[in-house]
Amino acid sequence: MSSLGDTPKIVIRELHKAFGENRVLRGIDLDLPAGKSLAVIGGSGTGKSVLIKSIIGLLEPNSGSIRVDGDETVGMSPDRRERITRKFGMLFQGAALFDSLPVWENVAFGLTQARNMVRSDARDAALDAMNIVGLDDDIADRAPAELSGGMQKRVGLARAIATRPEILFFDEPTTGLDPIMGSVIDNLILKSVHELGATALTITHDMASARRIADNVALIHQGRIVWHGPVGDIDHSGNDMVDQFINGRSIGPIQLQGAT
Amino acid sequence: MGFLASIGRGTISIFATIGYITAFAAISLSHCVRPPFYPRLILHQIIEIGYYSLPVVGLTAIFTGAVLALQSFSGFGFAGEATIANVVVWGITRELGPVLAGLMVAGRIGAAMAAEIGTMRVTEQIDALTTLSTNPYKYLIAPRLIAAIATLPLLVLIADVIGVLGGFLVSIYDFGFNPTTYLKSTWDSIDAPGFISGLVKAAVFGFVVALMGTYHGYHSKGGAQGVGQATTNAVVSASILLLLFNFIITAMFFAT
Repeated sequence: MSSLGDTPKIVIRELHKAFGENRVLRGIDLDLPAGKSLAVIGGSGTGKSVLIKSIIGLLEPNSGSIRVDGDETVGMSPDRRERITRKFGMLFQGAALFDSLPVWENVAFGLTQARNMVRSDARDAALDAMNIVGLDDDIADRAPAELSGGMQKRVGLARAIATRPEILFFDEPTTGLDPIMGSVIDNLILKSVHELGATALTITHDMASARRIADNVALIHQGRIVWHGPVGDIDHSGNDMVDQFINGRSIGPIQLQGAT
Repeated sequence: MGFLASIGRGTISIFATIGYITAFAAISLSHCVRPPFYPRLILHQIIEIGYYSLPVVGLTAIFTGAVLALQSFSGFGFAGEATIANVVVWGITRELGPVLAGLMVAGRIGAAMAAEIGTMRVTEQIDALTTLSTNPYKYLIAPRLIAAIATLPLLVLIADVIGVLGGFLVSIYDFGFNPTTYLKSTWDSIDAPGFISGLVKAAVFGFVVALMGTYHGYHSKGGAQGVGQATTNAVVSASILLLLFNFIITAMFFAT
């Protein structure tokens, strides 16, 4: 698959990942241009999460290539992998906040633990990141469990951007949120990505969200990218699977898993 | 044929599990001796494992020492300060102190470690650690292992003292023994190999309890049910391994 924009920040070729007999990724080819935002859309169980976890290094692919800034990460040693991971920031679907730490320590975690920043400076940096995502300073000392789902997502976003990463990953950022809060999170993602000048990869099945935050969209189905193009082309892609997915039709080439 | 196949699968599964645990232990121990270290986390775990286990370990020890004296006098028919003191000291310092303290800590701390790390696993907090360039083995596992290995001997030392005190109280107030004579007999009964073997056992038990708690928590999956299963597995496997290692260490120290 050819690049859609500038120099690719991430290049994925022939990526395969299986769990036993279950072949989840079956030869993914994908380019992520620097400074652009790509949304990978697709139904449940199509391999979106496995793809993002393979890129980040949480899963080891069976075969294929993932290059980040030209460095091959498949089979990379843990020490070198850690240097690559420093370029990443990630917002998890459930926020994945550390419930043993207050909000500000969650946001500052990457600064205090991986970059050895002194706690007072890290707190100031955490408060700055919290302000970018619209969180007040007065929740800094509260426990994550005291926050609503939307606020937890904001804290997760603040944590993802606090280290000023070059590449941001968003795993289903609007899942579980009401439409208004979903829109707020999308706008914060846009703002964060633009302020950092970061490259972004989002996996989602929320089309409204994908249209808001993405420059390019890729549809994944049965472990393969079946369409990839600018977000403006998605309504006249000429691809039946894309048409079925974006219009939410039950009849079409995409069959629900387990359905007869 | 199906019966033999199931035996074969079970055998392979057992050896595979031993392999996984051994690999997990080797990786974890390698992170215990390589920087960066997390002294705040280690201190926090020492307080959790040591300080907060003191009441349950102390109560277990004092009643065990008291019962040992009672059984020695009334049940076994031993008489005299020297014999009772000897049974209590040897029983507590060599076996009951470390084993009971280890089992109490396995129930309290092993379960807590499995539940906490298991919850972190199923809520993607461990994945989040990795994305924040923090090695989960270094941040979650190593501090717990270091703290448990360092703290259990101290806890057992205290349990030994409290257990012997339990025997002393029963001997003095129930049997009417002379306190001075009993204390002298207690002091004379303390033997270096028995005492040291108890502390060695304690350090090994600390390692076993923390290893099982962290291993089962780290590999838990499937939400709340998976975390519950991990907690149960941690306590059961730690208890069994603890008794196995108790036998092995005893044989190493005292087998002729």
